[in-house]
Amino acid sequence: MSTIPTKEEMYKAFEERHGKELQNKLLHTTVAICGLGGLGSNISVALTRLGVGKLIIIDFDKVDISNLHRQQYKASQVGMEKAVALKENLKEISPYIDVEPIVAKIDATNMDDLLSKADIVCEAFDNPQNKAMLVNYVLENMPDKYLVAASGMAGMDSVNMIKTRKIGKRFYLCGDGVNEVGKADGLFSTRVMACAAHEAHMVLRIISENFDV
Amino acid sequence: MVRINGNDVHCDGKKVIDYINEAGYDKTKIAIELNEDILPKAEYETTVLKDGDVVEVVSFVGGG
Repeated sequence: MSTIPTKEEMYKAFEERHGKELQNKLLHTTVAICGLGGLGSNISVALTRLGVGKLIIIDFDKVDISNLHRQQYKASQVGMEKAVALKENLKEISPYIDVEPIVAKIDATNMDDLLSKADIVCEAFDNPQNKAMLVNYVLENMPDKYLVAASGMAGMDSVNMIKTRKIGKRFYLCGDGVNEVGKADGLFSTRVMACAAHEAHMVLRIISENFDV
Repeated sequence: MVRINGNDVHCDGKKVIDYINEAGYDKTKIAIELNEDILPKAEYETTVLKDGDVVEVVSFVGGG
């Protein structure tokens, strides 16, 4: 049985991979991930592996057997609250990351509280009305935050259709823009992960002060 | 002429809400950037599109 690396060993390994300056920026960034399904759980894993200092992970729901085909949970976690289960998984990957799990449904009444500490907000909901609600609220009320959202990642079409676009000064949108769950063939782990990777990579670019796409 | 999602559209003088309805968008599933700033939903009814405006209507589809 191997032993878990110390904090110093982990940070040294991060710095060797990413460079000291960038790693320092990553370590001092807080990202909120809104929704912990196929997008949000994969974004969280990617940001954890990058060594982002703090993640605020938010979802009201529990892990269901129907989530396991694309979301970063294990069969043993079915029935657990997603935020709690994901924290467990992220801490296994990288034990010294600061993860704040929040079991709540995000709406206009609690968004200021839930997102106030975040530098960057990732929209990772499933429902299009909720996506629009979060994006409008953050852009209207939180002008200091960066926002990365997603639309269109269902089905079997080529993954090359998925892109990141810069829409506003601090607003980025990932996805193919069209392939909707229900109309296409459902959601597949590969395409959802690709879209989540676009969101996570844009977060990395923002942290490294590369603000174009 | 108004530039909407990369296309030139003859809708100068039209209210945003009227353009949105005529173009078939569902108001609950969109966000609008007008000249690179968010247009608050409350202003859809009062904002009139002008020649040279650049509009991006972001339409959200389900899945995540």
